[in-house]
Amino acid sequence: MRWRIIAVLLLMCLPFAGYSEKTEDSTGFNINDVIFGHIGDSYEWHITEWKGEPVAVYLPVIVYSKTSGFNVFSSKKLCEGNNYKGFQYGDPDGKYSDKVVEIVNGNEVKPLIDISITKNVLGLFFNCAVLLVLAFSVSSWYKKHSYETPPKGLRGGIEMFIISVEDDIIKPCVGENYRKFSPYLLTAFFFIFVNNIMGLVPIFPGGANLTGNIAITFVLAMFTFFMVNIFGSKTYWKDILWPDVPVWMKAPMPLMPLIEIFGLFTKPFALMIRLFANTLAGHIIILSLTCVVFITVSLGAVLNGFMSVVAILFIVFMDLMEILVAYIQAYVFTILSSIFIGMAQVKEEE
Amino acid sequence: MSLLTPDGGLVFWMLLAFGIVFFILAKFAWPVITGAAEKRTNFINTSMESAKEANRKLAEIKTEADGIIADAYEQRTQIMKETAESRDKIISDAKDKASSEARKIIEDANVQIERQKQEVMASYRKEVSEAAVQIAEKILRRELAKDGEQMALINSMLDELNKQQ
Repeated sequence: MRWRIIAVLLLMCLPFAGYSEKTEDSTGFNINDVIFGHIGDSYEWHITEWKGEPVAVYLPVIVYSKTSGFNVFSSKKLCEGNNYKGFQYGDPDGKYSDKVVEIVNGNEVKPLIDISITKNVLGLFFNCAVLLVLAFSVSSWYKKHSYETPPKGLRGGIEMFIISVEDDIIKPCVGENYRKFSPYLLTAFFFIFVNNIMGLVPIFPGGANLTGNIAITFVLAMFTFFMVNIFGSKTYWKDILWPDVPVWMKAPMPLMPLIEIFGLFTKPFALMIRLFANTLAGHIIILSLTCVVFITVSLGAVLNGFMSVVAILFIVFMDLMEILVAYIQAYVFTILSSIFIGMAQVKEEE
Repeated sequence: MSLLTPDGGLVFWMLLAFGIVFFILAKFAWPVITGAAEKRTNFINTSMESAKEANRKLAEIKTEADGIIADAYEQRTQIMKETAESRDKIISDAKDKASSEARKIIEDANVQIERQKQEVMASYRKEVSEAAVQIAEKILRRELAKDGEQMALINSMLDELNKQQ
């Protein structure tokens, strides 16, 4: 974190305070659009521009609205503000900017269901496929070999990684019941790790900011929440509803139970925010450093060249650091989930 | 798309994708890997145990073997000592026997010599006495009445001579 702060402070020293507002400089470069375009979601996957034409993967829009039912069409039909069957992108300054809306009686109406395959969804599918391939590359080894011969090479490395997660995180934190929860915790760890790493790959199909998207971390935190509470022991529930405190603190006003129940939700909430914020911060810093190269164009060739070298050195440093953070955040999420699950497995003390 | 409000569509796909991945991995991948790792850990642990046990047994056998070798050395020394003793005894016995034999032979020889000496002495005496008789006869020029008396006289005279010598 300290390095991030230092990096941000150094960035602040640069004379581009004026650009961070929603203004465009002479080259038409808008840092806000670039950064939020990269960390946000979109209906097409913009890759680059070639001879003035955008090179992008246009993804299917799947919407359900009250007026026209289910509609599935390519997002190419909506590019450059086109309207298709009453659907178009929301007004950039309006309430539904960057979302597909339906124009009903001249007003923007958000469709009831919008399950379009967006950039993030495609990235999610791709990363899931990567995760499955990695996991099955190891488990398929044991179809042909006995357990006495461990896999070699990359597969051996992945296996060691999996075992280290189970032995060093899950076993000590969950306790004796770890076998029941280890599949979920392993899935969570490697899902987060793969998504973090893929998010750092700048070229298609990597680079989707998934673990820095609150929807993803929300679902992950929900899974942990249900894992903790569905399999919670009797003592765990007793400690929440009737904790071991003086009676006036739990009846007639259930002060302590209220606090405990509130605590049930703050734990997964903290998991959700921590993972989201850390990944997002990393992405924003790397993107901001990248933008330095383009922003300093207006300062002249010498300064621009110098700043570019500095920025690239910082980007390399931050990328390496984000690889470390990718592991650390997966580790933190898994260890905290394990601890919460382990705490919900308490047995009556004798 | 606001950063802080979860997008419904993405939540839906995430639930679906994560749920499916979780199901597939939990059913087909993780149990295989962790099971194999656990079996291997147990296998290695038991192997280590048996290796330790084998080493311990080997060490025992080695001390036993060392004991046997030491015993054998001791026995060898003992046997060599005994052999040396019996050898010395045989030699000394043989020496004793040889010397006693030699002594006996010498004694026998002495006895023989003595006897021959006696015989020689007896025949010599006889010859001498006969010669002396003849000499005496010649000297005395007379014949004595009885031969026996003559001989007794001569023997007493010779004994006197012997005593004088």
